[in-house]
Amino acid sequence: MALFKAHYNLEKNSIALVIGIILAASVGGIVEIAPLFTIDETVETLPDMRVYTPLELAGRNIYIREGCYACHSQMIRTLRDEVERYGPYSLAAESQYDHPMLWGSKRTGPDIARLGGKYSDDWHVAHLINPRAVVPTSIMPAYPWLATAPLAVDDLGAHLAALRTLGVPYTDEMIANAPRDAEAQAIPDSAGAAGVTERYGEATTLRRFSGTPRLTEMDAVVAFLQVLGQLTQAPYAPDAMLEQP
Amino acid sequence: MSVEERDPVSGYLTTGHVWNGITELNSPVPRIVFAFMVVTHLYALVAWFLLPAWPLGQTFTKGLLGIDQKTAVAADIAAANADRADWMDALATHDFETIRADPDLMARALATAEPLFGQNCQVCHGANGIGGPGYPRLNDNIWVWGGTADEIATTLRVGINADHPDTHFAQMPAFGRDGLLTGTEISVLTDYVQTLGAGVMADDPSDGALLFQTNCAGCHGEDARGISGSGAPNLTDGDWLYGGDATNLRHGLVVGRQGQMPSWQSRLTEAEIRAMALYVEDLSGTAP
Repeated sequence: MALFKAHYNLEKNSIALVIGIILAASVGGIVEIAPLFTIDETVETLPDMRVYTPLELAGRNIYIREGCYACHSQMIRTLRDEVERYGPYSLAAESQYDHPMLWGSKRTGPDIARLGGKYSDDWHVAHLINPRAVVPTSIMPAYPWLATAPLAVDDLGAHLAALRTLGVPYTDEMIANAPRDAEAQAIPDSAGAAGVTERYGEATTLRRFSGTPRLTEMDAVVAFLQVLGQLTQAPYAPDAMLEQP
Repeated sequence: MSVEERDPVSGYLTTGHVWNGITELNSPVPRIVFAFMVVTHLYALVAWFLLPAWPLGQTFTKGLLGIDQKTAVAADIAAANADRADWMDALATHDFETIRADPDLMARALATAEPLFGQNCQVCHGANGIGGPGYPRLNDNIWVWGGTADEIATTLRVGINADHPDTHFAQMPAFGRDGLLTGTEISVLTDYVQTLGAGVMADDPSDGALLFQTNCAGCHGEDARGISGSGAPNLTDGDWLYGGDATNLRHGLVVGRQGQMPSWQSRLTEAEIRAMALYVEDLSGTAP
């Protein structure tokens, strides 16, 4: 057969064979990945999507540092049991400012994509210091040092600037004020609090997340956990479940 | 290297390679493998027409079957809701007395609520509502915001010190931190509150009683039995949310207390909230 004859000849020329293998293997990748950047349905825009504040971003960095993603996913799939247990399925656009994304693929603990607002700050603090104090059967490790380690805020501006190069719309003003905003979000009666609301929107939550006057890593982690699934309200719109593509 | 040489035994051509006298045959691809390859290609052809397949710039071919994950999950959920519609609708609309009187419906309500309790409430209130430090026990008869199914359903909807516009609101001031009382006064009050198990004595002339009547009675009542619906608990019943020892009482007086329960209205349906209210009422053993 002519096809086999052509292949027979290809096999005799190693350079041509290598090029042929590269071409054949890349077809699969190209046809699956390239259209995702052009098809409207995969490039959703959500009108009310906001960026992480510096404090939430600091919490996210600690979440990555402590390896939380190894046991907790942040991706509710389009399956009935997941939607009924956790809430509306995750939209692609909800992760648009996540670099890197923390979808995860393993659930030793539960999915936390819709955790924000589900439990009180006090509960999160008690749970992170010692999970067994509130959930006796929990196998989660304890993270007591979060409550005592002071939060490093000096380099947050650099983190914001780095994310801007990846397309997250942080403004010059946000970058310049990052350390101040991080402190002000956890100390709502401070002078800088108005600036946080002004720069990040009315939906931003300002409070003493750790319940203590000192700014610790606990403030950042709890602020991050309380904003999960809250960067946009689009998934909760009543017609979001039934929207036809 | 000789080519086009035919192996006399099998009749196949050889590749011309010989190792230690073993000649490599140029035998064709086995028919079964070739057949599978053909079938795979045919399947791909059919799939192109039936399933979402080809990208077309900003859109893609949707396929004749119209399969889409988002509509599929919406249909799954709609079908499940339709399955449960008769009793979920009854839970959402009937009054609690009617539901309690109907054993089938009541069984449905409790069976619906149990996994919801496990998923949403248990992390604070404990398995079977046994409570924990700072989180009220639910399997008793002591209620700050009311223990009837109606009152529990309201608390579930609006939360306590939550972000719901009609939330239950209660805050014990930070008497120490905010300078409302001196350290000595707090010590006196701490001692006095520990004696309240015996109830409030009328015309008690002690410093503790005077401080209590001036600072605490406004919320906790002159008899220290709390005021239902105000969020201020009974201090005479020996049940302590944050612990009744001197350390915890003193801490509460110094930094205040403002417990929180989230509002569940945005996470649970009306039927689920009402099923949960019946379940919690059942836990407490107060069901009429």
